[in-house]
Amino acid sequence: MTFINYAAKEINCKIVYYGPGLGGKTTNLQHIYNKTAPDRRGKMISLATEADRTLFFDFLPLDLGSIRGFTTRFHLYTVPGQVFYDASRKLILKGVDGVVFVADSQTDRMEANVESIRNLELNLQDHGFDLLDIPYALQFNKRDLPNIMPVDEMYRMLNYKREPTFAGIAPQGVGVFETLKSVAKQILVELRKK
Amino acid sequence: MPTAYVEVYEEEFERLEQALRRLRYDSNAKAVFLIDKNGQQIAAVGDVEEFDTTSLASLTAGNVAATDGLAKLIGEREFSVLFHEGQRDHIHISIVARRAILLVIFDERSSLGLVRLRVKRASAEMDEIFEDMNRKENRGPGGQVETSPFSEITDEDIDSLFGD
Repeated sequence: MTFINYAAKEINCKIVYYGPGLGGKTTNLQHIYNKTAPDRRGKMISLATEADRTLFFDFLPLDLGSIRGFTTRFHLYTVPGQVFYDASRKLILKGVDGVVFVADSQTDRMEANVESIRNLELNLQDHGFDLLDIPYALQFNKRDLPNIMPVDEMYRMLNYKREPTFAGIAPQGVGVFETLKSVAKQILVELRKK
Repeated sequence: MPTAYVEVYEEEFERLEQALRRLRYDSNAKAVFLIDKNGQQIAAVGDVEEFDTTSLASLTAGNVAATDGLAKLIGEREFSVLFHEGQRDHIHISIVARRAILLVIFDERSSLGLVRLRVKRASAEMDEIFEDMNRKENRGPGGQVETSPFSEITDEDIDSLFGD
């Protein structure tokens, strides 16, 4: 739900990073945080368990500058990937403007990827959204690990609607900003159609 | 698709700020925030520079969303008021016009009873402002359908945001 404040001349958009547990959603946000100038970002908040697994969400506000005189901010959220946190995932999708799906490239995680996309589809439907309509980007993360599935095979298995797809190694920042830019651009193009 | 935009125009923004200022004064609070249920801050008054307002808005919305989830689990529509008691500062959270969250931060100079009373009065006033906002959202700011200032966003505008 893009929030437009005409009085303060601000546009605020919400992007949610979705995907299976331990897929690298939080690492994507951490890289964005580390590589963004301090005056362009707020504090990164992680509501995590003691073992550093996301419990509710991570949150990172980014200020990208202005567009047509309006300060443009993106609020990035991750969901907890573990299957049993579904109620929390659903809450975080409320008012979403765009989604990044972070898929784990390891062959033995394909089933978890497929299941998570299906879960995303259903949880979006609960909020009245359709994955086919919403700004969406896909990232094949962990390309540096052994036992990974070839990109073209993953594409056939996970690409939903020919959405922009990126290979990623989140701890090194590979593909991280490309993915973010892609979904942010789609959101702003939607705004133009408004 | 559900309505995808929340829009606040100058006139309502000022009315909301005024209502917040009055609430802050009447309740002797440190700061008062109005937050969209999705976690965006709409307006804030008081000693706001003391706080990380963006994080505050996001966590408050998360808190309300989680509590709403709890309410539904036990068959309630919502818990309309949340109160967090600290050693020094306390937080009073309530829902306004079903779509926004009113957050009041106060200390020993005020009391829960006073805050509750004043919040109730301010909420009624804000309900009206939100109703006016709803009407405008359906019609455009000038009372008629207007062209969005964003319809002319170019690809270059978008690229420049990312320094491409």
